[in-house]
Amino acid sequence: MREVAVIGIGMTKWGECWKSSLRDLFVEAALKAMDDAGIAQIDSLYVGCMSGGLFNGQEHIGPLMADYLGVCPVPAVRVESACASGGVAFRQAYMEVACGMSDIVLAGGVEKMTDVDGSEATYALGTAADQEYESFHGITFPGLYALIARVYMQKYGITSQDMAAVPVKNHAHGLKNPNAQFQRAITIEEVLHSSMVADPLHLLDCSPITDGAAAVILCPLEKAKSLSQKRPVKILGSAHATDSIALHDRKQIEFFASAAIASKKAFAQAKIGPESVNLVEVHDCFSIAEICALESMGFFAPGQAGKAAGQGITALGGKLPVNVSGGLKSKGHPVGATGIAQIIELVEQLRNEAGQRQVQNAKIGLAQNMGGTAASSVVHILEAC
Amino acid sequence: MFPAKIWREFPQRYRLEAAKCKKCGKTFFPPRLVCNSCFHREFESIKLPWEGTLVTYTIIRTPPSSFSDQAPYAVGIIEVVPGLKITCQIVDVDLDKLASGQKLFLEFRLIQKDGKQGVLCYGYKAVPVADYNS
Repeated sequence: MREVAVIGIGMTKWGECWKSSLRDLFVEAALKAMDDAGIAQIDSLYVGCMSGGLFNGQEHIGPLMADYLGVCPVPAVRVESACASGGVAFRQAYMEVACGMSDIVLAGGVEKMTDVDGSEATYALGTAADQEYESFHGITFPGLYALIARVYMQKYGITSQDMAAVPVKNHAHGLKNPNAQFQRAITIEEVLHSSMVADPLHLLDCSPITDGAAAVILCPLEKAKSLSQKRPVKILGSAHATDSIALHDRKQIEFFASAAIASKKAFAQAKIGPESVNLVEVHDCFSIAEICALESMGFFAPGQAGKAAGQGITALGGKLPVNVSGGLKSKGHPVGATGIAQIIELVEQLRNEAGQRQVQNAKIGLAQNMGGTAASSVVHILEAC
Repeated sequence: MFPAKIWREFPQRYRLEAAKCKKCGKTFFPPRLVCNSCFHREFESIKLPWEGTLVTYTIIRTPPSSFSDQAPYAVGIIEVVPGLKITCQIVDVDLDKLASGQKLFLEFRLIQKDGKQGVLCYGYKAVPVADYNS
């Protein structure tokens, strides 16, 4: 297997992008990534997108994007793994370059979610759960994570106030990210007084509905210097794992086994442990998700991540900065693009180009992207070259 | 929406039919073609009890489009037999008085109307045990 580097990154501004279509968003991000790398052509294209069908009535997104990016006839395929679609698209691109089948591959992600109303979006997102045995009974995604939150809070004595420190921290980070959907600070009181979506999760515990796209360019590490002027960022580890589709089939509801296994494999490939990581982007689709993901991957002992945000450990400047991009909560969560944007944040940080939110001496970063209630998790570890 | 999508689930939604692996004894709801524990492919059909214990719950206040006329409503994970859990609504209950660990009965109820034709979909919902005594 060849070593692989990321040489180009690009994303659109995330938010409610009324003037842009699904294809406009993707092509804008892809062109930015190609310009960033300084390349004019690609060999292959992966598009992470959860539900072009339900959000936009559009399937067959691979060739659509290849067409509008002007790169036909390169192979192009849409990758779907719910909210992990972007991370899995990145892994597909990584594997294609690593095995030698292609040299320059674009991995992108896109979701255009505001073309449907809130209840339709809730339905579309709900299809990532077991349609016949979970969604059929009226459970939503905030609802499923609320079930996890209640178990965690009861087991470890964590309060809604403790949990609210997670979105407060991520909004403080997002304030420094010009591409974030919400560039404003929030307080613990605002979280606790925001409307209840699914008890015990308030509105401000939940990531938003977002339009946006993100794209990166991968190539063999040995060719990175000749292909691009940009400082390459090396992929040290890449792993993907699955778990039961239904939350109720888990022995331990608050433990994300897919994240645990994927991170273990990625750490083994990278030949490092959690203590070597300088910053982490985790899938904080809900406050509780950041907490459980950090524990499942071994960054905190069980029950310890619940207060980490409140103690400042996971803030920029803390011992382990988590979601310095603003995370899904503040940066936004266009589901298919989220996994790619996590990679972009790591690349910016490892290139030392993250501006106001730069983690000092960042050498190694980890991204964890998950689908459903962690029925799938994909983990990548990146290193500055 | 085609009725086949609804009626093929009748054994589970109407009768709580589960499958017990003939080799290792692990029970699955809904039934599967292969055991995820020992990979055996032969199962015995069994019926789950219409009762269980509440493991965790939430109150849905922002419902999906197909449940917009029902909110707020409670949904929980219920352990029906040791190691086997299901997800369903908890009804006929004061939403403030739900508690993890409480005993619940399962009842046959209308769940939702499916698709544009509004096919009635029935299944199981949980109710508090105390209601049976009062």
